[in-house]
Parts: sequence; structure tokens; C-alpha cells
Amino acid sequence: MTLPSGIFQGSFKQDMAVFRTKTQWLMLLALFVFIFTMPLYASDKTLTTLTIIGITIISVLGLNILTGYCGQISMGHAGFMAVGGYAAAVLMARLHMPFLVALPAAGLAAGIVGIIFGLPSLKIKGFYLIMTTVAAQFIVLWIIIQMRSVTGGADGLAVPKPEIFGLVIGSKASYFILVMIIACLATYLAKNIVRTRVGRAFIAIRDNDLAAEVMGVNLLYYKLTAFFIGCVYAGVAGALMVNYINYANVEQFPFINSVWYLGMLIVGGMGSTVGVIFGVIAIQLLQQLATTAGPILAAVMVPQAAASLALIANGLVIIIFLIFEPRGLAHRWEMIKAYYRRWPFSQ
Amino acid sequence: MTFFLTLVFSGVGLGMIYALIALGFVIILKCSKAFNIAQGQFVMLGGYLGYTFILVFHLPAWAALLAAIAVGVVLGLLIERLALRPLIGQSVLSVIMMTIALSTVLEGVGVLIWGGIYEPYKGGFPTLTLPPAYSSYISPETLDGVILSAIVVIALMAIFRYTKVGLAMRATAEDEKVVQSVGIKVTTVYAISWVIACVLGVVSGMLLYSISGVQQTMSDIGLKAFGVILLGGVDSIGGAIIAGLIVGILENVASGYLDPLLPTGGGLASVFPFIIMIIVLIFKPHGLFGTARIERI
Repeated sequence: MTLPSGIFQGSFKQDMAVFRTKTQWLMLLALFVFIFTMPLYASDKTLTTLTIIGITIISVLGLNILTGYCGQISMGHAGFMAVGGYAAAVLMARLHMPFLVALPAAGLAAGIVGIIFGLPSLKIKGFYLIMTTVAAQFIVLWIIIQMRSVTGGADGLAVPKPEIFGLVIGSKASYFILVMIIACLATYLAKNIVRTRVGRAFIAIRDNDLAAEVMGVNLLYYKLTAFFIGCVYAGVAGALMVNYINYANVEQFPFINSVWYLGMLIVGGMGSTVGVIFGVIAIQLLQQLATTAGPILAAVMVPQAAASLALIANGLVIIIFLIFEPRGLAHRWEMIKAYYRRWPFSQ
Repeated sequence: MTFFLTLVFSGVGLGMIYALIALGFVIILKCSKAFNIAQGQFVMLGGYLGYTFILVFHLPAWAALLAAIAVGVVLGLLIERLALRPLIGQSVLSVIMMTIALSTVLEGVGVLIWGGIYEPYKGGFPTLTLPPAYSSYISPETLDGVILSAIVVIALMAIFRYTKVGLAMRATAEDEKVVQSVGIKVTTVYAISWVIACVLGVVSGMLLYSISGVQQTMSDIGLKAFGVILLGGVDSIGGAIIAGLIVGILENVASGYLDPLLPTGGGLASVFPFIIMIIVLIFKPHGLFGTARIERI
């Protein structure tokens, strides 16, 4: 049930199109209007939340290509974000490069580091690969702290405000627009990368890598490509994060974030671009809820309840999804759409 | 030379604790094919339990140890029944994500109950004194730790070798279907393996508490122990112990000699097991003693 009734495939091109009907185009347009007029009526606090959600979506889209489509589980995604973030910070603060040069460079730097740590993926998979990426996270952060003269070590590094063609992106609203433009581009690319030959190779590797190799998929090339693409996304997200706070610090990329990114994939549904967006929004809203409810809970119970609430709530949500809805919110969303399209004959 | 020996002996103490943590992981992996990321959180809980029973409730060391083990048993049973059993037959990733989620929940529970603050060790374990010629190399707490973990390891080996439960567990590690068909409940074996892992984690947490006090970040040692696990081979019990000693000693010696050479004071100990991990994964993915896997389509 991928189409409303009465819509027929006329050609291969039509069959492959993401947006098929006028209603879908209108809804897309409405979404764009909704997003880009947001600064007109939303409060600064909402914009902050949405900007963080946008940046996280970019990062998790990369993780989805790497983990959801290619099956190479990465638990060091925050570490790769740190590479991108620090690359951008060093380029902008020390070498005074413009933002538009630093952003792709940050993606490239993270991609190259991703390839290096992805090299073992040819020999190992599953748990072993998770451990490599965990190691990557800690080694990357350690190296950043050690390179004190370049990165400022544990103290961090102040980053100038981003500037695009002489336009300083200073306010929350303008940065929100910038992040949303990049997030939309990233979503567009992520959706389409997995529909190409490369994407089909990724899916073949995920489903059975030995069979894929027998069919002629070059494992080394495609696994490293997956690492490169996934980490480029992480690097861009890291650069955006650093520029948003105007400060680079290793505290912005903790190991627990790598865990939450995987959790967002689980909650949203692996191997689904729309699932990424659902998952990120769900977990981020849950975290917002936890920060709001935390002080209330702390007043009623013990003071440390606030700090533990986010950990426990997020963990429990992931556990519940794993047990009761392993295919995530994306699957739920498909069910709802199918129900709506079959109505009044849906069951 | 004195400096070197001090490093080696405290490395042995650390290594035995690594070995205990790795052992818990290996037992779960062998019996129920589940990779348990939450092992470090068991350690953290064990440390806080040690603090609570010894300093808050003023129990003697042996009673505190028994009480902590009892908590570990209950925790293991609960985790297996509520979280892991519904996932039998699911993919590796689901199980790993489940243990990751468990680790965050346990971390949250740790913060909720103890606030995650640093609690220093203020005595409580019996102190053994060595002849004065040796006592400068090794602290009494480290000695306690080495002895206690050696006892635990030997007891565990004996259980595996000589009891019916141990036989059932070894058989389950070989082939679950056969075990099921001769009338052993595999789910019970799974539950026992989780209980043993929890108890091992809690005991090593108490030992670590007696060496360096306890705080929230103590659970990171679980991640560091993965270097040990991979070096020893993920499915080898003896390998876990030997690799634990190797990594513990190497980590201490390396950080003792190299840290002063590094800028910003080093902190090599915090990444050393990860460096070992990467090297092992690149050159010898199944570790020193693990079985090499042969995969078919």
C-alpha cells in the first residue's frame, strides 16, 4: 500500500518518484512553509530545541546510511562529529577560513577519519565492529585533548560567528534557517543515495555480506564508502554544532550521545529516512520533557532525580521499542498511512 | 626498579579486576550468545553497594560482600527475565541495543540512589601485611583484591568443572538445541549465566571501591574491559584471565613511563585498552585464545 487508490504507474520514472501525487507535493510545500516561517512566531527556546533537532537529524541520517542500510553498527558517531566540529573550529578560529569552506572541509575530515576506523570492518562485523567504533570515540577525543596547541585541549576553542557572503549568522533565527536548509539538503541526499546503485550495494551487504561479495559487490569499497558517507554527515553535524555554540569543546561530543543516536535509530526504525526524523524528534522531545519534569520530580523526591530521569526514561523507551515495536515508528507510520488510504475498508 | 615493580604489582591488582569483569561478559556470551555492554554498570553498582553496606550500614566486610552478591543475584534474574528473554531469536543488534539501553537505565538508577558523587574508601576490608621487603610494592587493598578475585576465579572454574549446573552451562555453550532435547531448560541456564555475570560485576565493583573509591564514571571500566575481552578471545574463559593480567600490567607500566612524556599530563591509562582493542581487531580479531569463526553463506 504505497499509493492511494486510483494512482497507476505509467512509466519506470513515475514508479521511482518519491512524490507521486499533487497532494504529496502540496504537503511538502506546506512543510517547507511551516519550517521556514517558524522564526516568525516561535520562541527562542523552541528554536533552540529545533536547531538541535535539525543538527541531530543530519548526524543520525549519516548513522542510518552506515548502520541502517549498510549494517555496519557504529557506536562512535559522536566521536566522528567531534572530528568535524574541531576541524571546522580550527579552520575558522586559527586559519580564519570562511564558514562555507570550513563546513565541507569538516565533513571531509570526519569522512577520512571514518575511513581509517572503518578499515577493520572488512575483517570483522557485529559486536567487534561496535568495539572498534567505541575505541574510535575514545581515541579521537583523547587525541583532541592531547593536541593542545591546535585544539585548545580540554579548555576548548572559541569559534567566530559564521559568515556567509558577508552576512553574519548571529541570531538564533538565522542559524535555525541555516541548519534547516542543510538538514533538508541532507535528507534529500540521504533519501536518494540509498536509491542508487551504491545504496542497493549497501542493502546487499547488510542482508548478507558474503552473498553480496559473490554477486560482485566490492565489500572493501562499499563498506568504506558507507563509513565515508556516514561520517561526512557526522562531520557536517559536528561543524554545525560547534558553530551554533560558537565554542568547540570535547564535552559537546560525549560517548552517551553515540548511544542515543543508535537509540534514535531503534525508536525511529532502522533503514528508513523518515524513521530517522521520527526517532530524533521522539528522543529529543523526551529529553526536553525530562529536563522540564526533572526539577518537579527533584522537588518531590530526591534532588538527583532530575539527572537520572533522562537516562532512565530514554533507556526504558529504547527497551520498550525493542520488545514491542522492533521496526520502530517508521513502521507504525506506514500502518497509519495504509489505514488512511484503505478507509473506509481498512481493518 | 622499585618504580617498575610497583607498577607491575598494582597492574596485577587492576588486571585481576579486569579479568573478573571480562569473565562475566564471556560467560554470558558463551551461554546465551548475548554481548553484554552493561557489565561496567554492574561494576559501578557493586562499588556503590560496597560503599553502602560498609560505610552506611556498618556491616563487616564478609557480610557486605554476601549482601552485595545477593543484590547481584536478584538483579541478574530480573534483567534476564524482563529484558533479555523477550529478545530470544532476535538479531545481534537488538540484543546489543538492549544491553546498551539497560546500561543507561542502570546508570540512571545509580544516579537516582547515590547521586553519582565520589565516595572515597575509608577502610573496612581486612588488611593483610606482607613482609616489609615486599610491602612497599603493593598496597594491602590491592593484595586483598588479588586474593579475592583469585578465589572467585577458582570457585567459578570448580563450578564449571565439577557441578551439574556447570556441565549444563558448558553443554549450552556447545549446542542449545541438543541441551533442550535432553531435558535441560535453556532459559534457566541463560538466567544462571546472567546471575553469575551480575555477581562477578558486583564483586569486582567492591574490589575496585576498596582500591580507588567509587563514583559514577567507574562504569567506564566496563568499556575498557572490552580490550581485555577481545585480546583474550571473546569466548575463552582462560583467555579472559590471562588477557586481564596482560592489559592491567601493560596499562600501568605504559602510563607510568609514557605519561610524563606526553603533553597535558597524559591520561594514557584512559585510552590504553582501546588502543590494544584496535590493534587486536585489525590483526587478530578472534584474540589470543578465541575460536576462529568460519562463516558460510
